[in-house]
Amino acid sequence: MLTFVNIVVAGLLTGCVYGLMALGLSVIFGVIRIINFAHGAMMVVAMYFVLVANQKFGLDPLVAMPLIAAALFLAGYALQRGVINRYIARPEHEQFLLLLAVSIILTSSTLIAFGPDARSVHVDYAYDSYEIGGVLVDKVRALAALGAISGVAALWAFFRFTRTGKSIRACADNHVGAEVVGLNVKQLYAMTFGIGATCVGASGALLLLLVDVQPYIADDYTLLAFIIVIIGGLGSMPGALLGGLLVGVSEAVSGFVIMPSLKSMFSFGLLIIVLLVRPQGLLGRHV
Amino acid sequence: MARGLPMRPGLFASATFRTEFRETDMADRLNRREFGLGAGATGALVMTGGLCRAQAQVPPLKLGVLAPRSGFEALIGQGCQRGFEVAVPLLRDMGYAIELMSADTESKPDVARVQAEKLIAEGAHMLCGAWDSGQTAAVAQVSEQHGVPLVINIAADPKITEQGYKFVFRNFPNAPMLMTGALSLLKDLFEVTGTTPQTAVLMAVNDTFGQAAQNAINVLLPKLGMPFRLVDTITYDPQAKDLSVEVAKAKAARADLHIGVTRLNDGILMVREMVKQRYEPMGIVSPGSPGFYERPLIKALGKYAEYCFSNNPWMDPNQALTKTIDAAFAKTFPDDPFDINVGFSFEAALIAADAYKRAGSTNAQALVEALRATDIANRVMIGGPIRFDEKGQNVGNRLASLQIRNGKPTVVLPPTNAEAKPVFPMPGWSQRM
Amino acid sequence: MNLLISSTMQRRSAMALAFFVAVMLVLPLFAGNYVVSMLVVVLFSAYVGQAWNLMMGYAGQLSLGHALYVGLGAYISGALFVHYGLPPWIGMLAGMAAAGLAGVVIAALSFRFGVTGVYFALLTIAFAEFTRIAFNHFAWVGGSSGLYLPVVTLTRDDIVHLRGSPTMFYYVLLALTLAALALSHLLLGRRVGFYWRAIREDQEAAQAAGIDVFRYKVAAVALSATMTAIAGALMAFYDNNLYPDTAFGISRSIDIITAPIIGGLGTLFGPILGAFVLTMLSETMTSLSANLGVNGLKQWIYGATLLVIVMLQPAGLWPWLKTLLRLDEGKL
Repeated sequence: MLTFVNIVVAGLLTGCVYGLMALGLSVIFGVIRIINFAHGAMMVVAMYFVLVANQKFGLDPLVAMPLIAAALFLAGYALQRGVINRYIARPEHEQFLLLLAVSIILTSSTLIAFGPDARSVHVDYAYDSYEIGGVLVDKVRALAALGAISGVAALWAFFRFTRTGKSIRACADNHVGAEVVGLNVKQLYAMTFGIGATCVGASGALLLLLVDVQPYIADDYTLLAFIIVIIGGLGSMPGALLGGLLVGVSEAVSGFVIMPSLKSMFSFGLLIIVLLVRPQGLLGRHV
Repeated sequence: MARGLPMRPGLFASATFRTEFRETDMADRLNRREFGLGAGATGALVMTGGLCRAQAQVPPLKLGVLAPRSGFEALIGQGCQRGFEVAVPLLRDMGYAIELMSADTESKPDVARVQAEKLIAEGAHMLCGAWDSGQTAAVAQVSEQHGVPLVINIAADPKITEQGYKFVFRNFPNAPMLMTGALSLLKDLFEVTGTTPQTAVLMAVNDTFGQAAQNAINVLLPKLGMPFRLVDTITYDPQAKDLSVEVAKAKAARADLHIGVTRLNDGILMVREMVKQRYEPMGIVSPGSPGFYERPLIKALGKYAEYCFSNNPWMDPNQALTKTIDAAFAKTFPDDPFDINVGFSFEAALIAADAYKRAGSTNAQALVEALRATDIANRVMIGGPIRFDEKGQNVGNRLASLQIRNGKPTVVLPPTNAEAKPVFPMPGWSQRM
Repeated sequence: MNLLISSTMQRRSAMALAFFVAVMLVLPLFAGNYVVSMLVVVLFSAYVGQAWNLMMGYAGQLSLGHALYVGLGAYISGALFVHYGLPPWIGMLAGMAAAGLAGVVIAALSFRFGVTGVYFALLTIAFAEFTRIAFNHFAWVGGSSGLYLPVVTLTRDDIVHLRGSPTMFYYVLLALTLAALALSHLLLGRRVGFYWRAIREDQEAAQAAGIDVFRYKVAAVALSATMTAIAGALMAFYDNNLYPDTAFGISRSIDIITAPIIGGLGTLFGPILGAFVLTMLSETMTSLSANLGVNGLKQWIYGATLLVIVMLQPAGLWPWLKTLLRLDEGKL
């Protein structure tokens, strides 16, 4: 029983980081309606930056998180403004191929720069754990979850209270209306992509505390982000977080109850069911 | 006879030689002799315009070597490649003459097949490779079709030598042999240290090694008279990035012995989780799979890697040839480990060169007969002399039990090859310095 | 359809096609095994690309999990051969049936529940991954250790048992590729082809015009899946070993779609051209990066090329090449 609680707690904590990661994808789709297949690759690049910061300057990923978030914001902004903007109205397969190409370029760049071996970050508390009433809570995981929650909170505040945030929401709700009112839609789209990239960067920094980075994990996380976002609801921020928690816990529980090697199968099964029964996801708006 | 695209073998071979040097990222620490050899051979080959008759004496055997140098298995493939490369000058000193033609399988069977065809089209007399069973099976097919002998350095799937091939030879134990050897060594470990676990839990990655382990363990436990019983089997996906659930399950099994069949990355994750979850079995053993002898794991886990066991084929510390290669390797590739990828790749090149010397010609049939008669006692890996049975399999390789001590995989069993005495049970996590 | 195609244009197209076929037929006589084995890869890609093109280029349904059908075709025919000695061409029929059924189920479920576009694409990925993991645990087909087909070394080619040299497979695949070309051409000119294109252009308008959209979409998926399974079965007997991760894997699905998109979606010859271009590019990259010894360079150049083509020639290379060769008005 205690083992079960431990596992669920770990799943929830991991789920928070997943949520932040999926948030980036959800924001981009919700506003620009483009499917970012380079999501995982961008995150891996962010992870490598944080790794280098850790190895060269001894920066803890938690400290590096805001820095990498800012860096990725600029990168995302530039990418959208420079390349992706023209593809917004294009057919889906062209968008897909464009972002797939970007993903391949990013992944192979990390491969060229860092080689294929898995690298991990070194923090002093890497092996620490708290014991709360018999439940073992992994310190690293707890801190990562905390970071993720603060990231989500910051984003929520941005969209709720700042002018730019509200403008972006306006674009998402009604593109034409936004233009009529005089909003610089192009600029806002770029900002949105930048923000999505920020989430990716921040979650990458946190994820590096939990897993080791290597070039090939990019596609797995792109897929995971999609599963989360679809289950939670494409374009819904609380949906992304909820989806993250759900996937985190269901992976843990299914691994425990059935066989861990069937974990992913369970997640995909869940995806199929959600897509068929409620394609807008748990909290999404009707498509 | 080079058929296929109009590329002269000479031109490509010289490019290949250049490849060897570029790929060694320690370009500044090149062995002068090797550079001289390469430049000389390049010049000679280019001058003769394509035909490989550079030296007046016996022309070198053109050995096509295949390894997954890029893609998912890149780290391992690059290790194998280093083994092949360090073999060339050493074999020359021993009186053999080989010339490498390298190809990258990119960790994919389709590419392996096409690259094997390419090497043969460019005049390779023999092939070596390819570490991964799927890629090796693809190369074996091509080998057999063309009647070009293949010497397998590493590949564990038993079916490769069950296909009735005449041209394929394997100097590596197949999966059942690996597991039998690995589990027998466990029994020896208990006897030598006087500690016997009652129960064990098996945590296995769901790939070729893991499946072989699962299949074998159920059969071999009663057959070998193992003293413990298996209380749980936990399998996980090779792509798993988080093993917290798996380790939690293993811990819940409350077994004395933890048997982990892992690869490199999941091996690291597994031990890390075990530390975090304060799961301290009597010992951690990895039978017949990579991971627990690989340097990145030892580096990543630091003091927590100590006392982990890995039962695998290994280099024989008593053999003179092992010491020679160790020294040469340390000079040429000072930052890279001398492990079984290097050892077996060297042996594959040695087998090829030796057969060529005895055959006296590059005729395929002569080479095959020479290979069948192989009997090499002066070798690198632990085991009897290298010999092949009628299926082309070497059944004389033996496994060793390695324990990580002071940051190095150290042979602790069998006693005849041991470098140190095994420590079992292992000290707890909090007791590590 | 352009009924004003001049007979000169039609003749030019026909001649171009005839030339292509002639070259492909005699190529193995001059080229060595290396080139032939490379062309086998090209033809696999070209054929499956055409099957995918039917679904995407004509009916407009994006499938990102087509490896599912390849895997089903390969594993079913392979396993039946290994366990029961069933001849490959018969096992292939079983594989085709299974793949076709899978396609119908996926399509019917999706379209009945209104799942289209990107959601449908993600659903196809989910099904493929689900099956991949399932097969990794399926002992009857060898699980993750793989399925090995017993190989018999013969001195001559045996097409009935699909045992032989790469040249034999080359001709079988060439025949299939040309058959797929012919089939696509045929279907384009008939009602089903028109209905498909109407659905692709504007599904609601098509529905309003009285086309049974659901039925034709499912038919497109089913046909595409069945055709793809044939290639899967051939792959099983060519490679003689199958692993769930390579057979059903997402990288295979991505490889399947890049050739037709690069070549030209919705065109007859596009997938074939795409297959040639990408394989040649890949081989060139291999040689180049082998000489430079940088791990990952090949993938980088591949990605960059993809990016350039998508940005400059989004309709694919074939339409551009067609203009160059002045085959514009032709039926290809």
